Amino acid sequence: MAMSRHVTGWLQAVPLTVVLGCFLIAPIIMIVVVSFWGATEFSIYPAFQFDNYSYLFGSAVVWKVFFATFKYAFITWAFTLAIGFTVAYFLAFHVRTQSMQIALFLLCTIPFWTSNIIRMISWIPFLGRNGIANSTLISWGVIDEPLEWLLYSDFSVILAFVHLYTLFMVVPIFNTMMRIDRSLIEAAVDNGATAMQTLRHVILPLTKPGIMIGTIFVVTLVMGDFITVRFMSGSQKANVGRLISNDISLLQYPSAAATSVVLLITVLIVIGILLRFVNIRKEL
Amino acid sequence: MSKMRYSRRSILKSGAAAVAASTLPAPMVWAQEIKDITLRQFGTGVSNLNEVGQKVKEDLGFTLEMTALDSDSVTQRAATQPDSFDIADIEYWICKKVWPTGNLQAMDTSKIKNYDKIVGIFRSGKLTPESTIAQGTAPHTVGFVEEPGATTFADQETNWMTLIPTIYNADTLGIRPDLINRPINTWAELLNPEFKGKASILDISSIGIMDMAMVCEAMGEIQYGDKGNMTKEEIDATFAIFTEAKRAGQFRAFWKTFDESVNLMASGEVVIQSMWSPAITAVKSRGIPCVYQPLKEGYRSWGGGLGLSKSLSGMELDAAYEYINWYLDGWVGGFLMRQGYYSAVPETSKNYMSENEWGYWFEGKEATGEITSPFGDVLAQAGETRDGGSFEERMGSVACWNAVMDENQYMVRKWNEFIAA
Repeated sequence: MAMSRHVTGWLQAVPLTVVLGCFLIAPIIMIVVVSFWGATEFSIYPAFQFDNYSYLFGSAVVWKVFFATFKYAFITWAFTLAIGFTVAYFLAFHVRTQSMQIALFLLCTIPFWTSNIIRMISWIPFLGRNGIANSTLISWGVIDEPLEWLLYSDFSVILAFVHLYTLFMVVPIFNTMMRIDRSLIEAAVDNGATAMQTLRHVILPLTKPGIMIGTIFVVTLVMGDFITVRFMSGSQKANVGRLISNDISLLQYPSAAATSVVLLITVLIVIGILLRFVNIRKEL
Repeated sequence: MSKMRYSRRSILKSGAAAVAASTLPAPMVWAQEIKDITLRQFGTGVSNLNEVGQKVKEDLGFTLEMTALDSDSVTQRAATQPDSFDIADIEYWICKKVWPTGNLQAMDTSKIKNYDKIVGIFRSGKLTPESTIAQGTAPHTVGFVEEPGATTFADQETNWMTLIPTIYNADTLGIRPDLINRPINTWAELLNPEFKGKASILDISSIGIMDMAMVCEAMGEIQYGDKGNMTKEEIDATFAIFTEAKRAGQFRAFWKTFDESVNLMASGEVVIQSMWSPAITAVKSRGIPCVYQPLKEGYRSWGGGLGLSKSLSGMELDAAYEYINWYLDGWVGGFLMRQGYYSAVPETSKNYMSENEWGYWFEGKEATGEITSPFGDVLAQAGETRDGGSFEERMGSVACWNAVMDENQYMVRKWNEFIAA
């Protein structure tokens, strides 16, 4: 029995549709629905009210927390981009042999074989008031008093973020750089371009899709993170993720759902804006 | 059904055993079947100890599976997943929150062997007949219900208990005497600018707010009607004081788990903070001086107990009662008291403690020899006394109990804002 091409096409699309429907669309719809519900101390009840949203948009603290989330995302992005680009550039253009490239690339990933919580927490004894960093600086005579801002501050939060997420920038940028046709660089050099000019006018534009993918990784990871902020700030700072996790731990699911919806929309807008700059489909 | 099968099989097997089995079938059956029983207990880390699980297996024969969670997760689970546990090891303020969901069943006090020996705090609310009852969610106010199935609490002692008290203590501030070098005697010191950047408070709203209230009251800034049940104005005023202190950099960090509090104190990041008794013990056992400082305003106290899941019945329910009776029988009490907690039936614990240990931990006497924790760490030398003194001195000066207030949701929101501020 020959099925029409039409039916076959639909059937082929069914499995993926079901999977996405069950595990992506349905949960999001559920979250949106619950965000309009009400909550008592230990239960939630169906309703259609805007309390959760009106609280979200009405509270000055929430605005500040969203601002802090963007601040963390932006600063982390800037640092991971600078470091990630440099590392990828070195790997792709300075290391000659491919086996060496692969070896060094794997070297970059070694720390990522451990749990990211461990990697984060190991900063705490290092940066503490009597930690290795402070005692070393004091013994060198650089400072007389321990630096308080090393730990439990925005500095330590961003340091941990950069440490945790730089690889997510390195990988896509390295990948794009490897695909750049070497003859383009030769042509640039032959035409008298300096190394700096080649970098700016040839490599950078061709690496844009990689940068954009890395950016999306880093920005979404940082905006959704809450555990790094909690540990590295000693619970003293908050981002949106922490608002959500606090709500959940206190059984305020509707409020958590409303915050999640707003965060989701915010992240989608950010990604939408990013995609305006570069067409990453070309890359994939 | 299965009881029949067991006794019949044993009759068939051998003569002598068959006689014993048929004349005394019940204990045999019990012993056979109880091995297959597993009770799932979950609760906060303090009393969820593997040692207890092992001892249960040895003494009672059945398996006790334990899960340790933080207070918030415990509340969440007790309120939302009644089938995920058999025994809930929860605090009294959590009970106040969770009981109305109907997920727990009341216990028949006539089945509790040592019921009469349980200290007064958990029954009449009074440690001694002259005691005044402290503010907050005092255990006896949520300790009883009128009848099985009731979702509201009884005003006085009845035959139906919500939680069987297991463990409790009086909390205060922990300090590093070697880094402070002067006497500390009031809660107000937590916000003393002298300790700028070296203070901490715990990030568990329901407990943290009580510590805050103790501090604000000690500073003379706020007079509370009831610290355990604040009005919105009182909540606002409390957070205003602490938010200002936070912005001024008073706090080094906030802590949420036991280990965090130990590390903050042991590393010297913090010299004064809200703390729990075993955390002090943990710092001391690293050889770092740490004092659980008694303060003139009194203690903030807490108590926990075992609650039974609504879905427990039959043999499992019997096993649960067995377990509770065993819990109050003294071994666990001794084990916990040697870590600085109190047991609900202190006199049975005495049998499992040396005279020196009993004198040091309970009577507030000078130690006559080394005091070691159940894990073998030396906690005190001969001649030292416990911070705060005897049981009566410590539990007698409780200023408030951990609580959950009518304005809890408002408070939680404000707490979130405080953390984010």
